[in-house]
Amino acid sequence: MIKLVNVNKHFGTNHVLKDINLHIPTGQKVVVIGPSGSGKSTLIRCINMLEKPNSGQVVVDGVDLMAPRAPIAKVRQSVAMVFQSFNLYPHKTVLENLTLAPIVVQGVSKEEAEDSGMAYLHRVGLAEKFDQYPAQLSGGQQQRVAIARALNMHPKILLFDEPTSALDPEMIQEVLDVIIGLAAEGITMVVVTHEMGFAKEAADRVVFIDEGLILEDGPPEHFFENAQNERTKLFLSKILR
Amino acid sequence: MGDTLTSLALMFSPDKWASLFDNGMNQLWAGFRITFFAACGGLVLALALGIVFGVLSASHWKIARGITRAYVEFFQNTPLLLQVVFLGFGLPIVWPAAGRFLSNAASALLPWSNTGFLMIAGILGVGIYHGAYISEAVRAGIQSISKGQLEASLSQGMSYIQSMRYIVIPQALRVVLPPLTNQAVNLVKNTSVLMVIGVYDLMLSGKAVQTTLNNPGPVFLTVMLMYFAMCYPLALLSKYLEDRAEVNA
Repeated sequence: MIKLVNVNKHFGTNHVLKDINLHIPTGQKVVVIGPSGSGKSTLIRCINMLEKPNSGQVVVDGVDLMAPRAPIAKVRQSVAMVFQSFNLYPHKTVLENLTLAPIVVQGVSKEEAEDSGMAYLHRVGLAEKFDQYPAQLSGGQQQRVAIARALNMHPKILLFDEPTSALDPEMIQEVLDVIIGLAAEGITMVVVTHEMGFAKEAADRVVFIDEGLILEDGPPEHFFENAQNERTKLFLSKILR
Repeated sequence: MGDTLTSLALMFSPDKWASLFDNGMNQLWAGFRITFFAACGGLVLALALGIVFGVLSASHWKIARGITRAYVEFFQNTPLLLQVVFLGFGLPIVWPAAGRFLSNAASALLPWSNTGFLMIAGILGVGIYHGAYISEAVRAGIQSISKGQLEASLSQGMSYIQSMRYIVIPQALRVVLPPLTNQAVNLVKNTSVLMVIGVYDLMLSGKAVQTTLNNPGPVFLTVMLMYFAMCYPLALLSKYLEDRAEVNA
């Protein structure tokens, strides 16, 4: 479903991703962890081309996104992203946040987009907020709306870029519960996070990245109990105190 | 002090007003219509240019940014008066084809005006001049919207144009509204440069009526009120739109 081959990304003189190779089959739940500045956000943003790699191959759902004139916008319709800072549209109501892209990008009728949108709002427990504006919601509620907005595109892949990092501690769990619920389904998921509990509970696979290199790649039990790399052990010792 | 009051009273005496209403108002209204028309045309042009160039100058497209820089800097840093004089009198000499095109446009669009070409030149002048200022306001407005908004909409499969149209510009508009009103009001007042190229707008009509009637007080006070009547509604409209935007923010 997702294939990164020898992906390199530079920001000026900063070599952020170094020959990254990552194959993610359909339905897999991958958690990407690593210290800040390790390149994990850049990695996930390369999957939907919000960052364009300097070299390498990015193939998503069978489409080579690095090819000239690649249908990037088309592929993005089935690759939904949830951001650290939510990025809800503040001038639109909650329901409009969910229906805008399906209507203008996918050509779904307004009624259909609203019906499925309300269903997803129910699912994240915010149906009664449908006519409010994002600024009237708490951070946790905003992020749940952002997840519902992603789902209303009926994506094949869900990307989460540190979905709980901007939240107050007491709001993290309500968002994690929604994401864990989604993980029980067949959808392909890539989650950049610092939530080790989530990685243990919901991931099929943990990828540890540091200084632009993938240092560990395996099932969560392997990662948490049997990490090989010294850098990984150091990271875990700090984070699992 | 007493002398000043006496001469003021003389200047605005009832017979002076009567002379204006009997013999000058028709010409003032004619000027009002010309100014109103020029202001509407200039506003439409300035808004269109301002939005297009503002969006381009906030884009990542280097050539477009270069072109908009040149446009903005040139028109912001040269006098409007000179620009309008050039369009009205210089252009037909320097570039006869363009002059002929504008003449034809004038006789097609403004058959009722015997200075149609000069009016078109004036509308172009104020439109292009204020378009440059509006483009800067629009650029600042777009850049004030967080990058996350563009990224969120792009990540949902929207094109750059769709992201601008549905997400960025509606939010930027709130930021842009106050400086936009400023420009709109200034544009209305700046149509008075038409006077210099001989179009009988409100300003030149006022001057003509004053010359005939030797009646500066009531004539210019009325001219002022007529300008005010055009500009104040724009300020009210902007206030209304701003308040409405507040509610949804």
